[in-house]
Amino acid sequence: MMINHFFPFCFNFRKTVYSSLLKSSDVGFKFTLTYCYWDVCETSRLETASKFSIRSYTLLTGEINVSHEEALDILKVAWHRKGMDVKSPQIGSLLAGAKTAWDLLCEEKTVKHIITSCADLDLILGGGINCKEVTEVGGVPGIGKTQLGIQLAINVQIPKVYGGLGGQAVYIDTEGSFMVERVIQIAEACIQRLKGMSCSNVRKEEEDHRKLHVDDFLSNIFYFRVCNYTEQIAAVNHMDKFVEEHKEVKIIIVDSVTFHFRQEFEDLALRTRLLGGMAQKLMKLAVKYDNAVVLINQVTMKVSGGSFQLAPALGETWSHACTNRLILYWNGNSRSAYIDKSPYLQSASAPFLITPEGICNVGCNKSIKMPQ
Amino acid sequence: MAGKLISRMGLHSSIHHIFAARNILTAQDALCKTELELMELLDVSLDAVSAAVTQISEIACPPCRTVLSVTKDHIMNEPSHGHFQTHLIGLDNALCGGIPFGAVTEVVAPAGSGKTQFCLMLSVLAALPESHGGLNGNVVYIDTEHKFNSGRMIEIAKSRFPDIFHKEGMLRDISSLTELAESLRQLEASVTQHCIKLVIIDSMAALVSSEQGQEQTSSKHDTIGSQASFLKALAEVSRIPVVVTNQVRLQNTQDDKSLTFPFEAAKKKSDHIITSKSFEAHLTAALGTNWAHAVNIRLIFESYGGQRFIKIAKSPVSPTLAFPFVITALGIELVGTEFFEIAGQDIAVIHGSGYEDIFRKEE
Repeated sequence: MMINHFFPFCFNFRKTVYSSLLKSSDVGFKFTLTYCYWDVCETSRLETASKFSIRSYTLLTGEINVSHEEALDILKVAWHRKGMDVKSPQIGSLLAGAKTAWDLLCEEKTVKHIITSCADLDLILGGGINCKEVTEVGGVPGIGKTQLGIQLAINVQIPKVYGGLGGQAVYIDTEGSFMVERVIQIAEACIQRLKGMSCSNVRKEEEDHRKLHVDDFLSNIFYFRVCNYTEQIAAVNHMDKFVEEHKEVKIIIVDSVTFHFRQEFEDLALRTRLLGGMAQKLMKLAVKYDNAVVLINQVTMKVSGGSFQLAPALGETWSHACTNRLILYWNGNSRSAYIDKSPYLQSASAPFLITPEGICNVGCNKSIKMPQ
Repeated sequence: MAGKLISRMGLHSSIHHIFAARNILTAQDALCKTELELMELLDVSLDAVSAAVTQISEIACPPCRTVLSVTKDHIMNEPSHGHFQTHLIGLDNALCGGIPFGAVTEVVAPAGSGKTQFCLMLSVLAALPESHGGLNGNVVYIDTEHKFNSGRMIEIAKSRFPDIFHKEGMLRDISSLTELAESLRQLEASVTQHCIKLVIIDSMAALVSSEQGQEQTSSKHDTIGSQASFLKALAEVSRIPVVVTNQVRLQNTQDDKSLTFPFEAAKKKSDHIITSKSFEAHLTAALGTNWAHAVNIRLIFESYGGQRFIKIAKSPVSPTLAFPFVITALGIELVGTEFFEIAGQDIAVIHGSGYEDIFRKEE
């Protein structure tokens, strides 16, 4: 047939031409249409390929009146000509940066945890505070939020031989509750605990024990004292560069994220925008550098059903900023932690104690020793 | 840091002029806007805006120090290792040396419990030379209830240290919240000028309760919040202790006692049994939860069973302890060396005694 003669180089379009001719009664029109495509294709292949590649196949089926499969074939040719990978993205470059759920599962199995030193709490958290996630810790004043923050800043430094991350910590203090005496107390207690643990290789154990020194622990915590909300925003913005330069940082603690945003803001819309921006940056930090981000929040009263109830501060919009939310509260006369929000952890409570050694499990029987 | 001028930051000249042209002169102006807003306002590309914001943030960010260097600064270089000794041995030990520098310490007590006595005692101690455990500096005493009595202060000074001549403190009488705000701003400038080593505000609550009515509670708390913020910044920058006193108010039975999180609501209802205890007058600190979060250390003075106690209700470095004390010519003195550990929420409960103790004594 004449068509075979005219389109010797356009194998891909032959099927299309045939099907078009067969379907349509207006043979002349269809012939011209496909001839046009072929013609354009011949003169400037790249351009045509580009034109095709940006069309969605549903539009293409409408334009040249072919079936979905044929349109997909045409597009595959165009992509191939343009040098795009045909195999994985079936609908274009939208999925180019995506990972399969299987890849994510493999990643999740290797995610690192930072222990809180309270076995019950670690249990309900699935091992501890997770890296790559933003965890918010809220609670009434005096419940122990700063204590938890300091404990995590020390625990992240537990060397790898003892099952820890051997990393460094960044502590952004907005309230001034971070007291170095307490950090020294908790660091000393942690070192005592590690020395009490047994290691597989005895000789290596002695060497490691010698390396554990309070000054080392103190020198691995980077402290930023923030006095107003501008400095807080600046510090969070700067974290990207800081963590880039200090690759060992594995946890960023902000204590507390609320304080400067609770006053001096008549323009609540501005506050929401700034908090939203900050939340985005923190989430990006957590994922990009495989860190844990812990945000300490305060509580406020809100009216619900005619009575006052406690709720985390900063409003509903901020509630979406964190991946997991832990609330510390008084259960009778003992302290407890409750997982209020998590995409994969079950809502559960765990009791914990605060002792001179830091956070510990209920029943560890520590008496109050007066510090000298 | 927030007020740092962009013109002094060393940005690329083209971008710096654009910022100035649109009236974005300080770091605060620039960081208050999201990157999209800046792009729109300045009419530059996202990359240029991101680069500029990164540079501004790096400069406006507070300096990074390791905790080791902070420890060396505070503990090695500052007098008494960064703490102001109150000479109440038990309390000083519990607070790791005394009232810390760079933090706001709050004293909450019902009327007549010894708040003002404590403040007067601290004023005397601060004026002492360092050899006697003082701060060797001036004291600013902001008095809102007109309770400051120089005669009493001299009595305390003479009883404690009969041979020392005490420096003059500076007394300011304040009667409104706006006056307080103004005073504090002036204070900032004069701290280094006049070698001020201690700031006492007695009391914060009096101003708020006298000022606006119920309807304006939120703006009232906002102002208190910003004062708290300012006091903390002042304490931190000048590395001095700041002591603030607070009043108590009657606790509404529907209020704080049953204040719970939504997930606790179901449990609490079943536990609620009306006992004689719930009819007791429960006192709580004034100024609300926002203020309670803002202070770093909270000391409660209360009377319980005929004995006065100092309780450490909130402190990052101390366990929850209570120390019995008496008020004497020396100011405040602890009774012996005993202390009690109070577990749980009771540490934050304030007991007020009635007058039965006085009547019983007179019988």
